Amino acid sequence: MSRPPTSDLASTAGARGGEQALSTAAASDPAIATAARIAAEYRDLPGALLPILHAIQAELGCIPPATVQTVAETLNLSRAEVHGVITFYPHFRSAPAGRHVVEICRAESCQAMGGERLAEHARSRLSCDFHGTTADGGVTLEPVYCLGLCAQSPAVAVDGRAHARMTPEKLDRLLAQAQAA
Amino acid sequence: MNAPVTLYVPRDTAALAVGADAVAEAIGQQAASRGLPVRIVRNGSRGLLWLETLVEVATPQGRVAYGPVQPEDVPGLFEAGWLTGGEHALGHGLTEEIPYLKNQERLTFARVGVTDPLSLDDYREHGGLAGLQRALDMDAAGIVAEVTASGLRGRGGAAFPAGIKWKTVLDTPADQKYIVCNADEGDSGTYADRMLMEGDPYVLLEGMAIAGLAVGATYGYIYVRSEYPQAIAVLREAIERARQAGWLGQDMLGRGRRFDLEVRVGAGAYICGEETSLLESLEGKRGVVRAKPPLPAVAGLFGKPTVVNNVITLASVPVILARGAAHYRDFGVGRSQGTLPFQLAGNLRRGGLVEKAFGLTLRELLYDFGGGSASGRPLRAVQVGGPLGAYVPESQWDIPLDYEAYAKVSAMIGHGGLVAFDDTVDMTRMARFAMEFCAVESCGKCTPCRIGSTRGVEVIDRIRAGGADREKQVHLLRDLCDTMLSGSLCALGGMTPFPVLSALDHFPEDFGIQPTEAPARAA
Repeated sequence: MSRPPTSDLASTAGARGGEQALSTAAASDPAIATAARIAAEYRDLPGALLPILHAIQAELGCIPPATVQTVAETLNLSRAEVHGVITFYPHFRSAPAGRHVVEICRAESCQAMGGERLAEHARSRLSCDFHGTTADGGVTLEPVYCLGLCAQSPAVAVDGRAHARMTPEKLDRLLAQAQAA
Repeated sequence: MNAPVTLYVPRDTAALAVGADAVAEAIGQQAASRGLPVRIVRNGSRGLLWLETLVEVATPQGRVAYGPVQPEDVPGLFEAGWLTGGEHALGHGLTEEIPYLKNQERLTFARVGVTDPLSLDDYREHGGLAGLQRALDMDAAGIVAEVTASGLRGRGGAAFPAGIKWKTVLDTPADQKYIVCNADEGDSGTYADRMLMEGDPYVLLEGMAIAGLAVGATYGYIYVRSEYPQAIAVLREAIERARQAGWLGQDMLGRGRRFDLEVRVGAGAYICGEETSLLESLEGKRGVVRAKPPLPAVAGLFGKPTVVNNVITLASVPVILARGAAHYRDFGVGRSQGTLPFQLAGNLRRGGLVEKAFGLTLRELLYDFGGGSASGRPLRAVQVGGPLGAYVPESQWDIPLDYEAYAKVSAMIGHGGLVAFDDTVDMTRMARFAMEFCAVESCGKCTPCRIGSTRGVEVIDRIRAGGADREKQVHLLRDLCDTMLSGSLCALGGMTPFPVLSALDHFPEDFGIQPTEAPARAA
């Protein structure tokens, strides 16, 4: 976002000002600096893009659009290619999630054990839909298609930790715990 | 009396998700306050998942099982004298004697739940590395011949003979070849890959190393889905320890052979379980399916010859090498040889992992092992083989589980996952979900899948709404399924019709149509 507009249309790093432009951008935005450091660290890995995106998201909580160009230039890709990859994979997000992420499994096994009722409960309890975040920014609700706990359905994950044999009451307790933390 | 008693508290996600860490903590506290020395081993899961957290106590008679244990049960268990195998309401006697486990044939899962997953000593003591040792004494063609003779077929679902795939890679000259493990276990109703990776990671590494020797590949990748953080952590630690112990890396077991590997993490795309899409993802691209040919065995990862096999396929290789092809092949029936880890899921009283030779029936799995429905209502439909598998009605529950017998009734065994539904299930809803799931997860490359799935949802919605033209809509749905079956590039679009058509064919009453309207489908 802080890049000079003149560089936006060009397709190669050289045409956009290359290393120098990168360092200018990095200086003005800490997220870009982080992305530049991570991209440089992994750039020689075969098929480096996914590991880079995972690392950026792990550190920044999302992959800010402003970092896309940095990643693209480091790997000698176009911004479109990097953007395409980020948007292809549901795990990657371009904006930060709420303080807590609740994932509810919506696949068949959980449906067989009342997963849809659980999903409805979560929606009404949080007053937000799937892929949405509560008004206070506290909880983001996401669907997930299988957590591999199908013998103990329904299953959810709160902040990446899985919980099985879920009931609406247990989910309320988990949410209360998360929100209190 | 002072020797500590060993207790096993699983660290498998299935146990963690029902509070195993709190149980382990409670055991430590209670033991300390009672002055009783204990050693807590965090093992994998035995797969008796309705009993998690299943705690085992090592006694002179053998390991005694207690479960499902909650933290608040722990004081009572100590009072009942569980450290010497004392009786308690949660007690199940010797673990090995529990019928659910005793009646299994565990080859691939022999160590899972028994050992400390990350202990290399445990691994060796329980027969680990014997396969790799033997493979190091064989030539590449010999290893491939052994795997071919074992009858091992791809356990990821497609059931392609592993030995034939390996031979193609072996026979394709290249400066670099790869072994890729497909650990993108996205199918609902399946968790065998996860349990194996968390419970016995070394067997997967050993299987991949053997595959490397067999085809001349020196590097491997395990592509694990991001939904499995525990499996990722365990595998990474296992790889590091195996390298330090010298059985991975530049000089495997001091024999001058080279194989190394790493874990790569997926990002929530179901389609990346499809092998060519997985390769694209590993290359750092969108997980868009590739047209075949060329086969990945000829031009796979980074254009090089690549073995892509599922976790269970690769993890079955060490026991084949260690005990010989004949030992493995003698399990099973017809062309379905060896064992398959069936995964009992959904509405079942006793869900869990059952590794058995092919040839048993769904009814045996559902009732003898699974104990019938969890809800207490009659079971009505069972989806076998994941979201792309058919819904199997009760009239077919006595067909022996073998690949060919299932194919004959337009069903598939796939990865061996089965999701049971009781009689409250609305099959129009499940058919709609199959189409909706396909629409959400389609990579978008081919039209039948990308557009067909969305049209499928709409057509099923019209059928669900009822009305005069319902029969016309059913006809349209069958036509659409035919297009998707024949015209899709990969199994996602090509097999989404299976759950839809099986729902239509076997449960026509839910769609408000007469059974006679269902024409027999060409296989």
